[in-house]
Amino acid sequence: MVEKKHLLTSVQMANFVADGFLRFDELVPEEINREVMRELDNRLINFGYEPQGQPLTNLWQDSQGIGKVIRMPEVEGIIQSLLGIDPLYDHHCPHQVGPGHLEGQVWHADAIIDTRQHFDIQLFYFPHDTPREMGGTMFLPGSHLRRIHETDIGRYQNFIGQVPVVCKAGTLFVGHHGIWHCAQPNKTDKLRYMFKIRLNPTVRQLKMWNTDDLEDERIGGILFRNHRWYGNDDRLEYANRIKFWRFLIGDPQFDVNYWLTRIENTPERRVLAGVG
Amino acid sequence: MPELRQKLLVLYSHTPDLNSHITAWALYDGTGKEHHTTGDCDTPPYKSVLDAMKQGWRVIQFPQLIPAYPGLELSTSYLRFEYILEQLEEI
Repeated sequence: MVEKKHLLTSVQMANFVADGFLRFDELVPEEINREVMRELDNRLINFGYEPQGQPLTNLWQDSQGIGKVIRMPEVEGIIQSLLGIDPLYDHHCPHQVGPGHLEGQVWHADAIIDTRQHFDIQLFYFPHDTPREMGGTMFLPGSHLRRIHETDIGRYQNFIGQVPVVCKAGTLFVGHHGIWHCAQPNKTDKLRYMFKIRLNPTVRQLKMWNTDDLEDERIGGILFRNHRWYGNDDRLEYANRIKFWRFLIGDPQFDVNYWLTRIENTPERRVLAGVG
Repeated sequence: MPELRQKLLVLYSHTPDLNSHITAWALYDGTGKEHHTTGDCDTPPYKSVLDAMKQGWRVIQFPQLIPAYPGLELSTSYLRFEYILEQLEEI
């Protein structure tokens, strides 16, 4: 188990529900970033998948780079808060975008139409500085609950509110499996890396974070954050986030601004007309 | 006869109202003069579909308004208010 101080807060979890990802700037220390870069440059870790469905703790046990990253208490706290204990390794992929690669990857989600409330997470780890001209991954906040099939969204190019990852070395993004994203062009003369790992839960994802602030009055407002790119669908997004929050806290009555309570109100109590 | 090529502008609006503001967009240039890709611009090229029409773009496809399937009333997926516009340009 992870120490409580390393777990996410309810406010952070609400941000995950609203945005579909969380950002942790310069979380990984520089000496580990350098070792990860050495492992990548020298192919000291396997670029192909390891056997899938095994405990994450099995992976990279002797590695002083990526192995240390996934064993940092802060990273373990993030993983446990979102997935619970004993997560499984789904797959990993060291993404590389070559120098002078001017084509952006098409928008996609790493998911088929996935109807679960249970969710996987993906760690997007940037082991070196990533300025805008180097690309970074582009994320679309609030896109994770949309039921789409992988690159079926490939016709889109730009959205208001899209977020390019511009970050310093050691920055970690943690995304819901449904988040829409795409790799951006690399206009520099250097190879760009981003290390991605997908993880699965093995326990019910129920209040696995530090819930001391569960009644924080900001949570409702966070769940109703409007990212604007979905236009008039904003109300549907809020409804789906309330459902997601209900799932995470195990309270089927939770609501914000009476939104689901209203449409779930189908009274069956019978009274005779004129009887007071 | 001049040789013409098609430029396509795909606009996604806030509501089906052609005056409503643009929330997403894509441009495909069949003349080959311009190249667009994901994330290449943070500001929509026009405020609205109507604004684009005033600049010479012709609307060639309107989005259908499709009622939600029973049981999927709250489900979200692709952007619904997609307008496709064209310009024909000499090469």
